[in-house]
Amino acid sequence: MKLARDTWLIFQRQFQLLIRNPVWVFVGVFQPVMYLLLFAPLLKPALNAPTQAAAYKIFVPGLLVLLAIFGGLFQGFGLIAELRAGVIERSRVTPVSRLALLLGRSLRDVVSLIVQAIIITLLALAFDLRVVLGDLLLAYLMLALIALMTSAVSYGVALKVKSEDALAPLMNTVAQPVLLLSGILLPLQFAPGWLQGIADWNPFSWAVDGTRALFAGDLGNDKVWQGLSIVAVLAVLGVYWAARQFARTVR
Amino acid sequence: MIETRGLRKSFRSRAGRETKTVEAVRGVDLTVTEGEIFGFLGPNGAGKTTTLRMLATLIEPDDGEAIIAGADLRKTPGEVRRRIGYVAQGGSTWDESTAREELVLQARLYGIGKAEAHQRAVRALDAFQLAEFADRKCKTYSGGQRRRVEIALGIIHEPKIVFLDEPTTGLDPQSRAHMWDEIRRLRTDGMTVFITTHYLDEADALCDRIAIMDHGQVVAEGTPADLKREISGDVVQVGLDVVATPQAAKALDGEAYVRKLETVDDGGLRLYVEEGATAIPQILRRLDQVGVALSSIELHRPSLDDVFLTKTGRSLRES
Repeated sequence: MKLARDTWLIFQRQFQLLIRNPVWVFVGVFQPVMYLLLFAPLLKPALNAPTQAAAYKIFVPGLLVLLAIFGGLFQGFGLIAELRAGVIERSRVTPVSRLALLLGRSLRDVVSLIVQAIIITLLALAFDLRVVLGDLLLAYLMLALIALMTSAVSYGVALKVKSEDALAPLMNTVAQPVLLLSGILLPLQFAPGWLQGIADWNPFSWAVDGTRALFAGDLGNDKVWQGLSIVAVLAVLGVYWAARQFARTVR
Repeated sequence: MIETRGLRKSFRSRAGRETKTVEAVRGVDLTVTEGEIFGFLGPNGAGKTTTLRMLATLIEPDDGEAIIAGADLRKTPGEVRRRIGYVAQGGSTWDESTAREELVLQARLYGIGKAEAHQRAVRALDAFQLAEFADRKCKTYSGGQRRRVEIALGIIHEPKIVFLDEPTTGLDPQSRAHMWDEIRRLRTDGMTVFITTHYLDEADALCDRIAIMDHGQVVAEGTPADLKREISGDVVQVGLDVVATPQAAKALDGEAYVRKLETVDDGGLRLYVEEGATAIPQILRRLDQVGVALSSIELHRPSLDDVFLTKTGRSLRES
């Protein structure tokens, strides 16, 4: 009960600050839209897709997962600014739940991601993408869990390194192989066997496959529950670890 | 109100391959009584802030115990948090928020209901003369205004004791005087105030009792008047130019009425004497004998700096 109340307080505050500066919507949506307009048209011939809509069915889910991963991983920067301003320390001398300090922030990130995802889905509809609403909601759940995990991890790392200069290269180093090994831009079915073998160990690869299955209307596909379970477990672990960082010493 | 015994904290710092253990606080015993302004004095790096952060539950002590406002720091830090307020040295407000938003949020983080939190924010804004800019973003405030918001945030839940870490550092003289008044008002409201400072005049003018810390330990504790009384005698300050200083020092060192002699950095001497009124004519005579011209001579009672000097062997100003 206290956890829910405290989380809501932190979420409210973070969300209020977010909408006060609505540039993020533009910045967050601009890049994916560029991919949608300038990259996706190459896919129909490249993937041998029968129609443009079929190519979008493969590409849009990957794009959304990409957005969730990157959107989350770079949230730590805001926290470092808060650390420097003394806001985190001010919260830590109160009896507020340490888990709430993390969850309130991460849930704000999840909400802002879902808003971006909705805008991109609506745009893709204009390009003849069609997807069943129930499947779409499950896909959004997948995205939400990914963003929850990546933003929590980013906050945890930010509390550990305490400097933007260290956080930026670190996050880029993590993000790049994750991106390449998850078949986000092109499905890994084109990959040689050894590459697929490595990708099987990348949880995001499972998440991308699951999301693609959902966009394809293939709810019964094993990849769906497998992807969801994997990201759910990782999200719980990420949140647990990051909340511990909030509870520990922050100088 | 605060009772500590043997508080210790060391940090491990890594420089290249070597790990060094720095003992920041080496066994601190303190007693702070209810309703007083307690000053924690010492040079930078003495361990003041580390001690304060331990008392405010922000870092865990390695050893020792403390009872704060009736709650055990080691066993029930959550209970301590509810009873104390803490205002950090480096600030705690967010540029894009307004004072009112910050106050309401802070009150609610202490578990206070929404309506009550809003009322408390209004009262705090009035009390700290912030009502005018209550709904402007914090980044538009002056240094003094911001500091007032921060203190208001630290006491929004009406704690029994409030810790202020160097509350006047970086303020102009006028804001500083204003801040002293605010701190006295907290005491009038029945709060115990624990401040750290490295300004001697501040400790002298503001604090009911002080503790002097050096190298991680408390070297003196008492009222400013008592501490100064411990150093019996007077201080005679002789103004000299840099060239004449060593010559004068040589002439006066070893004279029967000079108990202790030290050189002031930019020329001049400080002489600790039994009785200023009889010492001054003798000093003047002796300097005249050796042909040293002086620019001024002053007699004053020992200051807290003199207390610090006798306890640690160096001046607080130069450390």
